[in-house]
Amino acid sequence: MTLLGVEGITKNYGGIQALRNCTMNFQEGAINGLIGPNGSGKTTLFNVMTGYETPDSGKVTFRGKDITNSTPDEVFAAGIGRTFQLTRIFPRLTVIENVHIAAQRHGLIAQMRQWSQPDERARALESLDFVGLTKLAREPAGSLSYGQQKLLEFAFIMVAEPKVMLLDEPAGGVNPTLLKHLGGRIKELNKTGVTFIIVEHDMEFVMGICDQVSVMHQGSALLEGKPELIRNDPAVLEAYLGTDMTEVK
Amino acid sequence: MSTDTTISQRPTPPSYEVPKAIRFGALAVGFLVLVLFPLVFNNPTISTIGVFAMIFLMAVTGWNIFSGYTGYIALGHAVFFGIGQYATAMLASYWQIPPGWETFLLIPVSMFLAGLAAIPIGLIVLRVRKHTFIVLTIALMFIFQLFAYNLRGWTGGSQGLEVSQPPWDGSIFNLPYYYVGLFLAIIAIVTSFMIRRSKFGLSLLAIRDDEDRARSLGINTRNSKLTAFVISAIFLGAAGCMYAMFVGSVYPQFSFDPAFDLELSIMAFAGGLGTILGPSLGALIISGAQQYFLITFGGANVFLIVYGALFILILRLLPGGVVPAISDKWRSHVVRKEQRILDSESEGPAEAGAHK
Amino acid sequence: MLVLQAIIEGVLVGGFYALMAAGLTLVFGVMDIVNFAIGALIVLGAYLSYSLTIHFHIDPFVSLIFTTPLMTALGMFIYVFLIKPIKTNKVVMSLLTMFAVATLIEGILDICYNSGFVQIHASYINNSLRIGKLNFPLIYVLSFLLSAFLLSCLYFVTYRTKFGRSLRASMQNPVAARLVGIDTDRVSMITLGIGIGLAAIGGMIFGTTNAFNASSSYDIISRLLVIVILGGFGSVGGALVAAIFMLVIQDVVAVVWSPVWGSTAFYMILMLVLLVRPQGLFGKKGVRAQ
Repeated sequence: MTLLGVEGITKNYGGIQALRNCTMNFQEGAINGLIGPNGSGKTTLFNVMTGYETPDSGKVTFRGKDITNSTPDEVFAAGIGRTFQLTRIFPRLTVIENVHIAAQRHGLIAQMRQWSQPDERARALESLDFVGLTKLAREPAGSLSYGQQKLLEFAFIMVAEPKVMLLDEPAGGVNPTLLKHLGGRIKELNKTGVTFIIVEHDMEFVMGICDQVSVMHQGSALLEGKPELIRNDPAVLEAYLGTDMTEVK
Repeated sequence: MSTDTTISQRPTPPSYEVPKAIRFGALAVGFLVLVLFPLVFNNPTISTIGVFAMIFLMAVTGWNIFSGYTGYIALGHAVFFGIGQYATAMLASYWQIPPGWETFLLIPVSMFLAGLAAIPIGLIVLRVRKHTFIVLTIALMFIFQLFAYNLRGWTGGSQGLEVSQPPWDGSIFNLPYYYVGLFLAIIAIVTSFMIRRSKFGLSLLAIRDDEDRARSLGINTRNSKLTAFVISAIFLGAAGCMYAMFVGSVYPQFSFDPAFDLELSIMAFAGGLGTILGPSLGALIISGAQQYFLITFGGANVFLIVYGALFILILRLLPGGVVPAISDKWRSHVVRKEQRILDSESEGPAEAGAHK
Repeated sequence: MLVLQAIIEGVLVGGFYALMAAGLTLVFGVMDIVNFAIGALIVLGAYLSYSLTIHFHIDPFVSLIFTTPLMTALGMFIYVFLIKPIKTNKVVMSLLTMFAVATLIEGILDICYNSGFVQIHASYINNSLRIGKLNFPLIYVLSFLLSAFLLSCLYFVTYRTKFGRSLRASMQNPVAARLVGIDTDRVSMITLGIGIGLAAIGGMIFGTTNAFNASSSYDIISRLLVIVILGGFGSVGGALVAAIFMLVIQDVVAVVWSPVWGSTAFYMILMLVLLVRPQGLFGKKGVRAQ
């Protein structure tokens, strides 16, 4: 069943067409990979899906509902979490404060209550445990290493229990051990029913973890299928080779 | 996923905060000093300094609720200070309030009006960020100053307005202003404290660190910023009302004064921007010093120089402020202590002795 | 006829604001610094020229030979000792530093010259230029020509010289500029020097066309800030258009309606523009989420 889908999305920046009539569907419960050469529009697609950019035309749907014109906070509240290409945590807040931010509360009175209610705290510590950062809970997040910050970003999105998580290059700049750890966490979370959409250049990582891979080229969907099929498809190879050799390992 | 129920009961990681006993002790001492101050120093010259200190205390605490927590440095809060002043002067004569206790009833009215004005102003200025925001707030203050000059029918133009003062005896004249000011300042500090420990406050701090990221985590950044902006304007309105009543006159160039926001930011930066009590500490010390200078040297221009030089020094030497510097010291003290304990546990008594 | 006269006068005076706003924008573009002290520095420049004309009977235009290098050096000094050491939160900290510098200068000028209004004087200041039925003060025309000349110099330096290339590179991408061997520190120092050196010239123009005292700086800075916001931060062309536009509007409103509402009208236009376009008329839209 389609959980998150885009339909005929077009987005221009000045003269550059970042997305052209892009249609794509992501299945519920799957780990979806999204690959494509640099400049093929992957990050722009993420921005459109999460409310950071409004498309010039086309539609974004989440569980059949139109969310094209929603703001980022509304998108998140609906159950779509995302990470950024460059990890973005809150450096001057402590790790434990970081994992409390995404806990949703509604109404002014609830907002004015203390930031760490027992149930929120339990959930926050649970997700810190999940990524293995509990020991660092009181440290300012800015003092963590880059890899730890990636894990923290992952943890604070988890707290809100999103239905789908969009990861923008989670493997970039992460050492192999930590990457394996991260892959394990993604798989485990996926078993509990969380859908993933992962933009990644590291083909080993994508092929190893994803159930389904979509390929983007020049702003639109080229094809999609099982990782084994994608790996051997001549069109994919050409899309990469035609633009940038160094992308292929 | 590890879903054991014991997580919440397990001992929390070590805290780096200064222990509660010390903090509450310091607060109690500070409170007592402030309550007793005008009774001990009952010389009107000294207690006048005290009244101004109280006005700045509530103003800077209010300013910090917005600028300190969200990181949006507003340099146009004189707008709300001025609105409080003009509201007081205009309403006192319009409602023909007799000089005396009744004038104090204008405080909530001024707070309300300043808060009300903050809504449309906030909606405009909060659409931009960083330097554009700062510059826009300054520009807004000049606009209000121009209005105060030009709408002569209401504001008296450059002639200003008078607020007639109660016929109280000189020896006790300052006391009501001082204690009402202290009361309002404490309300401001308590509000600031409540916000800091609330979910709302955490959202503001998240906005300070990375606004777009905060937004992507479901925080309604626009409403959060606007709410903080309005709350902070309310206390500036209260400060303006107190100022107008105490000084007894209102002029465009003093009500909407660009130097006012400079003063507020110096106080906040000196004490510790974004901390709860840092700005208060800054306000007490710097506004006290200012009044003292004014009495000793007379000229306002000397003070401009002192302010400018002082601010440059603070920004250069202590950009974080006094309070964060202290808590950093404490933090490294705790960490070192922990390290010693850890070392002695793991490496045995002989090694631990070597560390001493 | 009066309106036409007002429009042309607006353009003439607008030249001065355009030049100052261009300096402000340039400094902002290279260093991310809002030079809030520019108002006080212009008044400082005005007082320097004033003192030279009073004590040494030097023509105001000639006095620039002394004041401009002095103020340029001051700008470099400010960069090296106050701006360069700022490491964190540069945008806000540098703005506050400049604010403090402005206050310091205002206080010093207030003590040195008292607060009475003065004006720079020269024999030809009250002469006027007659074209058809219109009458223009000669000094307005001269200062407009000077501003226009300096703006073209500025254009030439930025677009036709090697330094200009480094400058534009630093504006677009400081990190990349550093990587290809541009000494961005030096570029920043010189840019702030130029920006503040221009204030010496602007000060002379301001001082000959207006009576001023130490607190006139607020008058200048409030207008300049409005011009750069309206034009869009970092856009030199926007600043030029906005400066001329503002002064014309102000003069026309003053003639048609009443002088007191001249600048108010302009501020109202600013608010209206910002409601529609928060980034100003020519500014770029905020950064993309990355």
